[in-house]
Amino acid sequence: MKRFSGFNLIGEAFRSHQGWPEHWPDKAPKASYDAIIVGAGGHGLGAAYYLAKKYGITNVAVIEKGWLGGGNTGRNTTIIRSNYLYDESAHLYDHAVKLWDGLSQELNYNIMYSKRGVLMLAHNVHDVQSFKRHIHANRLNGVDNEWLTPEECKAYCPPLDISPRTRHPVLGGALQRRGGTARHDSVAWGYARAASALGVDIIQNCAVTGIRRGADGAIEGVETERGFIASRRVGVSAAGSTSLVMKMAGLDFPLESYPLQALVSEPVKPIFPCVVMSNTVHAYMSQSDKGELVIGAGTDQYTSYSQRGAFHIVEHTLAAICEIFPIFTRMRMLRTWGGIVDVTPDRSPILGKTPVKGLYVNCGWGTGGFKATPGAGDLLAYTIAHDEPHKINAPYNLDRFRNGRLIDEAAAAAVAH
Amino acid sequence: MLLIHCPYCEEARPEVEFVYGGEAHIARPLDPSTYSDGEWEEFLYIRSNPRGRHHERWRHTHGCGRFFNAVRDTVTDVFETTYKAGEARK
Repeated sequence: MKRFSGFNLIGEAFRSHQGWPEHWPDKAPKASYDAIIVGAGGHGLGAAYYLAKKYGITNVAVIEKGWLGGGNTGRNTTIIRSNYLYDESAHLYDHAVKLWDGLSQELNYNIMYSKRGVLMLAHNVHDVQSFKRHIHANRLNGVDNEWLTPEECKAYCPPLDISPRTRHPVLGGALQRRGGTARHDSVAWGYARAASALGVDIIQNCAVTGIRRGADGAIEGVETERGFIASRRVGVSAAGSTSLVMKMAGLDFPLESYPLQALVSEPVKPIFPCVVMSNTVHAYMSQSDKGELVIGAGTDQYTSYSQRGAFHIVEHTLAAICEIFPIFTRMRMLRTWGGIVDVTPDRSPILGKTPVKGLYVNCGWGTGGFKATPGAGDLLAYTIAHDEPHKINAPYNLDRFRNGRLIDEAAAAAVAH
Repeated sequence: MLLIHCPYCEEARPEVEFVYGGEAHIARPLDPSTYSDGEWEEFLYIRSNPRGRHHERWRHTHGCGRFFNAVRDTVTDVFETTYKAGEARK
């Protein structure tokens, strides 16, 4: 890996930037590894990176069905925040936010983390009470979150319409200043490049077709389109396809896969300074560094693997956006797309061990997994390396659906899906 | 938007008239007090979530208001068939 630095940049400028090597070499799978990660999204690549960097396991392969970062990592709305109500959630998501800080320097790759603030709007008395409860709970957990009056909301986000005559009047908002956005592709590329430099093999276009278990039930390796690869430890980080991979190991999971859509407008000059969410009317929006307004829609009501959603879902979201931000009523939309999100019954992830020895899982992030990318990667790596969950992800076990200790956060994207 | 054939109204109507009711043919426990934690987990939370043929319930909320079952391909979203509640799994 050739490091990115001012010195190297100037050096390369004198030879037309012909000396930069590829970010990560395309590897053929070896016969065996110390650990295998299934799924090369941000979470899986992050897990491989932290396995090699923090936990000393460098003989690792990341196996990906399609191309790296082509699933939900490349399809989300890139929002980062940690203002969750419950203690377990606050610890989990704030662990990730702390890792986002300084990630560009650590990976030597600009992931464009921008702490522009996440403002969640309150439109009725219930919202006000609920958000204030969140704010107090967050502050007890050391997570920043503060209450803004409507005028302060307007000052923080000028395109907002706070007049009391609107259909959804703004009664205030909860602002997490450390929240913001990051460039999602860069996160996957940065982790891939850094992991590859530490000896991790990234194997793309190689679907896992089976999971081989020994006579004692323990994991022996994975069958792939390019042959059998042996490993005693397999971590699955396959988002919407997790149910399918787990069935290969003989496990039924409490997951359902739904299409979730997002869309962007044509690019315009900088006008929208922060992230705004409104869970009552179901709208959330930010502006990318390219200038597009990035808008998240809801999930479709039915399960699907089609990676596309219905148009009336988009229409519903845009109606809400136009109501709150009348300035954007004539904005033209450029692209829409869908991803497949794996949703658990309590809308909290499953991150830990499975009943199969040597098989670990990171799934169920539903509609809000991007923000957790570094944290989920780190905790999956910790769990694989120690064969024990870290205390942060210990509550996110599979047993909670049996013993009833659910983490009923119920709104991973802070909007009513 | 899906076009869904209601087996009671006997016509295809747009998806916004319907509400999705989750996976079909999951029987409620007949004797709940004898159920173990594992059986409750199975009944309440475990879902087949297949890639392909999926048996599911829909309710024609803005029509006849009745529940019915459907078989839909979860890759193409094409309905194979819909049938009345109480009929055998297709």
